[in-house]
Amino acid sequence: MPLIRQGDQPVWKKREPLKQYAHWAGWMLGGMLFVWCWAIISENTIWEFLYDADEQAASLIGRMIPPDWSITGSLMLPLWDTINIATVGTVMGIAIAFPLAFLAARNTTPHPALRAVALAIIVSSRSINALIWAMLLVTIVGPGSFAGMLAIALRSIGFVGKLVYEAIEEIHPTPVEALSATGAGRSQVLAYAVWPQIMPAFAGICVYRWDINIREATTLGLVGAGGIGLQMNAAINNLAWGQVATVFVLIFATVVVSEWVSAKVRHAML
Amino acid sequence: MSSPSTDSGADQQRLALLKDGIWKPLPLIRDARWRWALNAAVLLYIVLAWLSVDVNWSRVAQGMDRGVAFMASFLQPDFVTRSGEIFTGLKESLTMTLAATVIGVLLAIPVGLGAARNISPLPVYLFCRTIIALSRTFQEIIIAILFVAMFGFGPLAGVVTLAFATIGFMAKLLAEDIEDTQKEPLEAIRATGASWLQWVNYAVQPQVMPRLIGLSLYRLDINFRESAVIGIVGAGGIGATLNTSINRYDYDTSAAILLLIIVIVLMSEYLSGYVRKWTQ
Repeated sequence: MPLIRQGDQPVWKKREPLKQYAHWAGWMLGGMLFVWCWAIISENTIWEFLYDADEQAASLIGRMIPPDWSITGSLMLPLWDTINIATVGTVMGIAIAFPLAFLAARNTTPHPALRAVALAIIVSSRSINALIWAMLLVTIVGPGSFAGMLAIALRSIGFVGKLVYEAIEEIHPTPVEALSATGAGRSQVLAYAVWPQIMPAFAGICVYRWDINIREATTLGLVGAGGIGLQMNAAINNLAWGQVATVFVLIFATVVVSEWVSAKVRHAML
Repeated sequence: MSSPSTDSGADQQRLALLKDGIWKPLPLIRDARWRWALNAAVLLYIVLAWLSVDVNWSRVAQGMDRGVAFMASFLQPDFVTRSGEIFTGLKESLTMTLAATVIGVLLAIPVGLGAARNISPLPVYLFCRTIIALSRTFQEIIIAILFVAMFGFGPLAGVVTLAFATIGFMAKLLAEDIEDTQKEPLEAIRATGASWLQWVNYAVQPQVMPRLIGLSLYRLDINFRESAVIGIVGAGGIGATLNTSINRYDYDTSAAILLLIIVIVLMSEYLSGYVRKWTQ
């Protein structure tokens, strides 16, 4: 932190002059990049639509209030489907992610080549959103909850796999060494030295993912993969915004409950 | 060994087995009846859930060819035929991502400051927490539907959606970070008679800056992934191109787009790891 003399007065500055200029230049470049991006977006936007955006918003909200409660009863079965999609999908995803995590962790992998393959699977599963998986699966297995479950499972593999393999890499090596010294086999070491150490983290990760999956499952119906999203999509296509509002309220309630459950379970585990 | 009377029998059994050299780990749930009830409940749920799913196996068998074709197309992705559309879509996605992240983070900073209990008064705190809760509850795609209805098709609706989602995410984490800051620097700067702005700038900002940068980069990554999705409902970006290619069963192009998304996400993850190391 340099002191610069201006006349006979010492002035405190945060940075050396050269560094300060570099700093400003960096900000300017960043600002230019943002302006350039904005220009591209602006080119592709039809600004005429925006002149009445406030009226559109007002009429949209006006038609959403009050929500059309008459369809609540018919939404219960799709809601049950949504919860099933999330839960069964999470279980399937965990079943695949669990062995994958042991292959991907540096300290438990049988071979570096297998580790690379496992990491590649985890990364590709993580990069692609559940909705995109659902779009693909609807064309492959047909529309319905089954496609939704598979989509949730495929998306969960990467998430659970990544967090669990990081947990495995962070375990204490001492119990592993102690067990190996007694002559325990590979699977015994995994079961009695590694597993007890990662179990709380594993349970927390699974419940956390289930909570996220409930949210994601509510939208899968937009591409035909079952659940309450199907009703939402139909209501939107009919411009029945009162029904859309009912669906929103139900989704909100489900998300709040699942978040509460997940927080309770994680609190009890850790 | 003191244990509830209900499972002392099981304990005795376990100890007897142990004397014979057969060791079993302690069960997670001590009471055998609870254990069985839980297992039965799980089994019952799985059966019920499975019954609610109507799997049309003949349709699945039919679709398997397509599944195989899709897997095969990952080995020979087609970047060329639709290169124009892919390029425009990716450019739009990337610009949307960057613009939305910048706008979102800039708006999230005041909201985050307001949502930190240790530096803001109660009414401001409650107001900012409400904004955060609103923005975090709904999926990006639902928000996108609403903004498309208001602003019309195109990337602007996408930018607004992503920026809105970014506010909730960043403001929540920033507020938690501010609440975890050390008190001493805050008191020291306040004691010099600094104004509120100076106080935030010299006492709070240096403590949260590294994490703020890390989180912004993480959010950039998330926004890019989401930008590939919100195109489905008409909010611009690569999602529209991807949606079209999947609906046309043009899997070679879909595979190319998915591979590009994976590569960009990988690159940004690698880059953000590097930047985070550098800022800390």
